[in-house]
Formats: sequence, C-alpha cells, structure tokens
Amino acid sequence: MSARLPPQPVEVIDRAQPLDFLWNGRWYSGLAGDTIASALAAAGVRVFSRSFKYHRPRGILTAGFHDPNLFVQVADEPNVRAGHRLLTPGADVAPQNAWPSLRVDARSANQLFGRFLSPGFYYKTFMRPRALRPLYQQTLRRFSSGGSIDPHTPTVHREKRFAHPDVLVAGGGPAGMAAAITAARAGAKVMLVEEEHGLGGHLVYGPGSSALDELRENVDAEPGIEVLTNSVVTGRYDHNWVAVVQRGATHHEESLVKARAKTLVVAAGTIERPYVFEGNDLPGVMLSTAVRRLINLWAVAPGTRAVVATANESGDAAAADLARAGIEIAEVVDMRRADRGVVRARGRAGLQAVELSDGRTINADLLVTAVGWTTPTSLLNMAGDRPVYEPRAARFLPAALPDDVMAAGGIVGDGTVEELVAHGAAIGIEAAHRARGRKSDWQRSTPRAVEPEPGGFAPEPVPHLPPADHVELFLGPTDGFVDFSEDVRAKDLESSAAEGYDSIELNKRYTTATMGPIQGKLEVVNAVAVHARATNQSIAEIGTTTWRPPYAPITLGALAGDDEDPVRRSPLSAWHETHGASPIVAGQWIRPDHYGDPAAEVRNTRENVGIIDVSPLGKIDLRGRDVARLLEFVYTNRWARLAVGRVRYGLMCAEDGVVLDDGVTARLGDQHYYMTTTSSGAGRVWNWLDEWLQTRFRSWEVRMTAVTDGYAAINVAGPKSRELLGRLVADIDLEPDQFGYMHARTGTVAVVESCIVLRIGFTGELSFEVHVPAGFGLHMWEALLEAGSHLGVAPFGLEAQRIMRLEKGHFVVGQDTDGLTRGHAAGMGWAIKQEKADFVGKPELAWEAENGPERRLVALQTIDPLLVPPEASQIVQGDRTRGRITSSRLSPTLGRSVCLGQVEAELAIPGTTVTIRLPSGDIAPAEVMEHHAHFDIDGERLRG
Amino acid sequence: MLLIVCPHCGPRNSDEFAFGGEASSRPGADASPDTWRSYLYDRANVAGWQTEQWFHVAGCRRFLNIERNTITNEIRRVRDASEGHD
Repeated sequence: MSARLPPQPVEVIDRAQPLDFLWNGRWYSGLAGDTIASALAAAGVRVFSRSFKYHRPRGILTAGFHDPNLFVQVADEPNVRAGHRLLTPGADVAPQNAWPSLRVDARSANQLFGRFLSPGFYYKTFMRPRALRPLYQQTLRRFSSGGSIDPHTPTVHREKRFAHPDVLVAGGGPAGMAAAITAARAGAKVMLVEEEHGLGGHLVYGPGSSALDELRENVDAEPGIEVLTNSVVTGRYDHNWVAVVQRGATHHEESLVKARAKTLVVAAGTIERPYVFEGNDLPGVMLSTAVRRLINLWAVAPGTRAVVATANESGDAAAADLARAGIEIAEVVDMRRADRGVVRARGRAGLQAVELSDGRTINADLLVTAVGWTTPTSLLNMAGDRPVYEPRAARFLPAALPDDVMAAGGIVGDGTVEELVAHGAAIGIEAAHRARGRKSDWQRSTPRAVEPEPGGFAPEPVPHLPPADHVELFLGPTDGFVDFSEDVRAKDLESSAAEGYDSIELNKRYTTATMGPIQGKLEVVNAVAVHARATNQSIAEIGTTTWRPPYAPITLGALAGDDEDPVRRSPLSAWHETHGASPIVAGQWIRPDHYGDPAAEVRNTRENVGIIDVSPLGKIDLRGRDVARLLEFVYTNRWARLAVGRVRYGLMCAEDGVVLDDGVTARLGDQHYYMTTTSSGAGRVWNWLDEWLQTRFRSWEVRMTAVTDGYAAINVAGPKSRELLGRLVADIDLEPDQFGYMHARTGTVAVVESCIVLRIGFTGELSFEVHVPAGFGLHMWEALLEAGSHLGVAPFGLEAQRIMRLEKGHFVVGQDTDGLTRGHAAGMGWAIKQEKADFVGKPELAWEAENGPERRLVALQTIDPLLVPPEASQIVQGDRTRGRITSSRLSPTLGRSVCLGQVEAELAIPGTTVTIRLPSGDIAPAEVMEHHAHFDIDGERLRG
Repeated sequence: MLLIVCPHCGPRNSDEFAFGGEASSRPGADASPDTWRSYLYDRANVAGWQTEQWFHVAGCRRFLNIERNTITNEIRRVRDASEGHD
C-alpha cells in the first residue's frame, strides 16, 4: 500500500530516479532524495523497530536524526539512523533488536511482566548468586539492543583535519545562515555546520519562501563561508576547540574536523518535544515536525485519519499540511485550552484510537502532537552556561555565555523569519568583530614584523528576540514513555525518586532516562518535569542535567583517523633492507634486529670484526665557555678536568635520583663537547639540558645543537677493528699508545673529512665508533665492508649487540632500570660523586647511599646453564616476589645463559642462590654473581 | 585542548607543548631533607590561578611560565622562562 502523495511544492525527492533497496530481505522501491525512513514510510511500513526493554513495536516519531525508533542495520553497519541516512541503490537494510522478527517479537512478553522491569531491576535481580553472573550476562546479551558488527569489515583509510575559522556557526537555519553571511561580509573566515543534508532549518519544510532562496544564494555567494552539511558539532572544549564530525564526505564514512574557532555561534534552533501519555510510543503517534517533514519533503502520507493535538503554530501548520495533502482530519484538539487534551492512545501494532479528555474516543491511525520545544543547549553548557527555565515559554533559555560563544535564533527566542534573520545577522557581525579583536590581541602579544590588525570594535546592537509564550505541557493524565530509547516511563522516574534517588542526576542514572542513544535530546525536559512533580519542586529549581560531549555520536573510526605512526630511518636503512636485515621497531626507529643469525654475528665480532649501525644514538653538539659546568650539573660524575681528546661515560639521574639516561661525552676542543645519549632518550635529554639552561642557568654560555640526524654512526667492534679502520684513516694514529681506550679523535675516514671517532666499547670488544656526516653514512658503511672483506668483517644487528652488552653486564636504561631505580640501585655508585657541590639528584642519591638501596641490579647465572628465563620472570621466595629478571640471553661466547636482574638488597650478596619462577610455573635456581660482567671481567679486550 | 598564545610563535594548540607542572624554584643542594622532599613531591594544587611551566617542544623550544586558572582554564599571562616568575 503506497503512501506516496502527489508532487508537493518543496519536495526533495526525484521522481525520475527510483532506487531499489532491501528491507528485512524483501525488495522495496524508493526515490532519490528519500531517507531510508521516508522510503519505507512511502511503501507503507509503519513498524521500524522493537523497543529496548519491552520490545514494543515502534514507528516514526521525529523522522529525523534524533528519532529514537529508527535505528536500523545497513549491510555491515549497525545503528544507522534511518530518519537521517539517505537511501542508496541496493542498500541492504534490516531491523535491529527484533527476534525472531519485527512482526512477532517473542520478547515483547517482557511488557506483560513490566513490574519486574522496574528501575534497578537488573541491579537488584542479577547480582546473586555471584556464580551465576556469567550465565546472566550471556542470557541478557540476547535481550540487548543494537545492531551487529561484522569483524571482517574492511579497514578504511580515514583522515582528520584541522580548521581555523574566525567564526564557526553551528546550525544552518535562517539565523545561522544570516550570521554566516554577515560574519563573512565583515571579513571573517566562516565555517557553517548543518546537521541536515541541506541548509534552511525549519524553512525547508515550510511553504516555499523567497527568504530561504535568498539566504541560500547569499551563502553560496560568499567565498569566505565553508559549508558542511550532513555534519554536526559534537563538542565545544576549552578555548573554543570545536569538534565537527563531517559525514558522507566519502561514502558514509565520517571524518573529524578539529576546529579552533575564534568565535562560536550556536544557532541550533529548537527540537520538538514529545508528550507523555499512555500509548505515546505507538506507531502512528508523531510529532508535528515529523508530519510536516514527511508530507512536504518526501511527499509521504503519515496516516489516513488524523487527530491533531496542537498547542502551537507548528501543530496548526501540520494540520494545514494534512488537509492540503487530502488526509482526513478527524479532530483537532486545541491543547492551549486547559479543558482539552489527550488522555491515551490505543492500539496494538499501531495506533487505532485516541481517547480525549472530553470523554470521546476517536478512531485514527495518526496522532500528531505539538506540545512544545526543547532548546538543544548542549554546546552552551559545554561553554560553561547554565541555561535557565522560563515557565512562560515552557523552555530553557541561554543565561550567561563566555565572550567567545554566542547564541542566535530559535535557541534564544521566537520570531518571524525576518526577525530570526535580523537576529542572526547582528550576531554574525558581532561574532566577526570579536574574532578580529581576538586576533588583534594575539598579534599584539607576539612580536612580529607586521602591524597588528585593529581591534576594539564597539559592540554591535543585537535586536531583542524574546521567546513566545507557550503553555506548559509535559505530562498528560496517564502514564507514558519519557525516554523512548531506554523504555523509561514517567512512573519509573517517580518510583525511583520514591526509592531515594531524589536528585535528577541520580534518578537519570538509576532509571537510565536520557542515557540512551538519543542522549536526552527529546526527553530531558520531560524527565525533569516528572522528577519535579515527584519531588515537589519546580522545573526551574531542578534545572537540566549536565550536557557533555559528544552532542551526537561519533564513529570510533572518525576519532581514530589515520593510524599510522611516523617511523625514523637511519641513512643506512635502505642498505639493511636489501641485505636481509630482519627489522625491529625500537623507540621510533626501525633498526636491523639481525641479518639471519645473531649468534654467528656475536662470534664473528668477538673473533674478527663486526660493524653495527648505531645512527639512532642521540647526539648533541655542545659549545661554549660553560659546557663543563653544565655537564658537572646534569651528570652524577666529574667532568671539570676532562682533557681535550678524551671521552667519559656519564650517568644522568633525575632530581629524585632515578636513572634518567646514560651515554658518553667527548671533549673535542677547548670549548667543544659532543654528547651521546641512549637512542630512546635523545629527545628527553635534549629537552632536559634546555630546561636547565633556560630556567636556571640563564647566564651560562652554552650553545646546544641536536645533531642526531646530522651524523650517521657506525660502531666497528672486534679484535681486528683497529686493523680495519687503519686501512681507511690517514690523519688519525690508531696505535694504542696514541689512541687509547676512552679517547676521541676527529679526522678523515674513508676520505670523509670531519668524522668523529670514539674509542669506546658497549660490546666489550676493542671498538671504534665512527660518527660521519649523515650524507656519507652509506659510503662509510660500504667502505668498511670493502676494506674489511679479508678480515672477515660482517654487519651485526641490535640482537647481537644486546647479547654482547649483556655478556659484559652493561645495563640498558629502561630495560634493566625502571621508574624507581636510583643510581646506587643500578650499581653505579662509582659514577656518583657526592663530593661535587651540586648536581641533579644529589640529595636523593646521598640519602640512597646512606640507607642502601632497597633493590639492586645484579648479574645472575642459572644453575642449569642452558635455561634462559624469559625477561620479567619473577624472583621469588616462598610466595613473595623479591625481584625479577630484567635481561636474559644465551651467550654464544660462554655457551651458557646470562642474566641481569633486580633483587632485594639482602639477596644481592654474591653467591646467594635465588629462585626464579618461570612463566610455566616451574622454578629454577640461579646464583647472584660478584660482577655485572659475565665475560672479560677486567676489560682486557676492551682496552687492548 | 587549550590554546596557548606563545610569546614567540603566537596562538598554538597545547599539544605542541609539554606541561611542566607548577612553577617552582629548586632549593640548593644543601637544603634540608624536608625542603628537598617538598620540592620533589609537594604541590599546592590550587583551585584558581596558578603559575606553571610549559615547554613549547614542538615550536620555539622555549620554556614558558603561564598563569592559568585551574578551574576555568583561562590563561592570562604567558612569559618566557628567562623573565622568571612571580
């Protein structure tokens, strides 16, 4: 049975473009321009869903985005709002929350047992016995609403973007459009955001008006206005950070626009409010705006015989629309009269009759209600406003707004189209002026080459837009639904208040009224009205519940946006990739973990010579008179007498004594130092030095340059490293008596000038670290491989380095230490010079030295030499945890497992046997060693 | 997200900055344990105007002292750390 009317004057459908789609597995036909709901309504569908708790049949209520009854599944997309989503050809639409079918829902039996589903039913019923909770959960899940998610849905690339409008207008009705136009004419960059698919607000379904055409033309004519339709402002945060969800930019995907508006204009209009009476949720009971939209926009007859209960012009207009469309009007109930009213609606699967307060019962399949308006003040609340209830207008009105937020149009008051436009126009000018004033202030507070723009505009006079008088109509004489999303009735709110939930904030949480998918847009004032009646207060005394973002739901994909993190690559990365390196992400860097066999890489480095790309090391160039003073302060050890050409290991602790970073620093010249940091600590140390220089030692002369990316670094390690490097250097004498351990030289390596060569040894081998300007990194790497081909040179990766440093007992900050490990606990007492006048962390480290650390980092060897306890295995005594393994590997050099671990101080005595609990639950004994190093304890290889 | 008007770079989103907490002055290394612990761990946690340190790490890399109202997030004064704080 088609409900499509003959052509209407302002319809948005294209009758030449039929679209076929599936509903519940059957083919239907709609028209281009239809929403899913209007196409179904045109095809005669009246029941769209089953309600959340009682599984009552539900139909169109608002015919828009905020319709609580029109949630459907479209293919793999759940919870689609059929009142808003435009129909697409071939769309596979299915009802949600109906089982076994929309027509016969077995769970509608719930309503027969309504008294069991009183507020708090779930809290009270499904708590005990505790053992049954998983069963309750499983069973109740089948009763819950919502669509279904397809885990195989393909991932879609999504983008977020920033926007910096001078004026952002939320709402594209007459006032919002007028504000956008005047703001743009005043020179502002404007973003105009409209929830619907086109601009116009309530004018789009009124009779065709020249005012709307003129507004649309003027918006189009302003290049300074960016219009986002089918988009919504979901939140206003500090300093006018405004979140806009833009829908349908590509297909139906959403994307997030992060807008920083200098002025936000809220022109959200009003939302029509349902009336509370028995049967108010029956299919066929609709709001006047729904009826007007169905008839005028989509040429759909909302029913065949109507009762119109009207208390305002919108209801009167709906009656006129119905009459014009040729739909029989059985009765117009003038709700402005105290002696007229609706008592209840009757019907089973849909409305059949309406009972009036004069005792008559009138057969009808459509009941139109027009009882008043709710102001969607969410964005104003988020800006700190506390809207005030105005009983004469029966709605909440904005109270006090911050300087950067303004309200325009219907949210403020009522008027003719001309009055709304005049109000919006004045607000638009004022908004633009405030935006320019703000920009001018910013320019004045930041020195720049250009003259600041003028500010300080006189306030723009804004015409008064008072709200029209409206009779207070919230609750009828019978009990009905307040919250359609959550199936909460007036009596539920009343009994909850009687149970002691006598604050509206408690009552809403206990009954879940206003907490469903519609989030109070339709029902909040009715809920407040019921609560007021139940607690003998006025609506004004209670106020509204707190509105929080988001105003409308956002898909997680829009929030997530692009999920790719940036990665850093060394100048040698391409070489590693083409030479079989197995990549590993370490911090932000992609590094070679190994080139096939890390144990072989270790053996080759210990026997011959290996090279490793250590470019990610943090590198800081420090120059100036006071560098040594800075080093003395940020490192725990001594630096004042470091000679030119020498390198020293340095330990950094934070003010609480916790190990922050370590590395070596070389003195390259009289006032020139070169600091290296851990790869992951590079940024942190750079910031740390800056902090002290900028906030405390402002008079010190230190010039700091972060050069991590400026140099590639290659560690050449192994007994043949001197011989290898000797083939490439001309002006550096590598002989041990000329270039000893912990010395630094600058010179030419492989014809590259200005290289820095450090003789240091994280691997425990004789080694030279070559720092070369990054552009020559690959050249240096290949030169080393070529020059060392007869020496057995081979690259080694991070894993081989980790094994070798562990064999040597060198700890890694963040791996073997944690956020509580202070200097002495890390075994670094030798590098902490308490006799220095001051350094970062000195008092805490003194305290730690005096009391002894609670835990210590020690080397451990398992009694079973081939057992490698996984890192983070616990060290236990009885059922107490007394430490953990922080690093563990099988040493290819020693042929046994080697570990570092943190243990409580009393277990840290060399020779103590501790118990490791493995993840399997097995236990393994291990011995605490005297030295951190498992291999070459005296460091002869290193110093050779 | 807050908007901070950097005295060097102009208005920028606060995610360009690292928050450094309440501005404080480091006592000398000879401070009493109580003074030192207070510097490390005690915070006034005021509800109202507070001077705090921010670092424009993704901008000019300058440390700033900012007066912010912890209740309203209003910011009334932003100065380079080289100017010290009250």
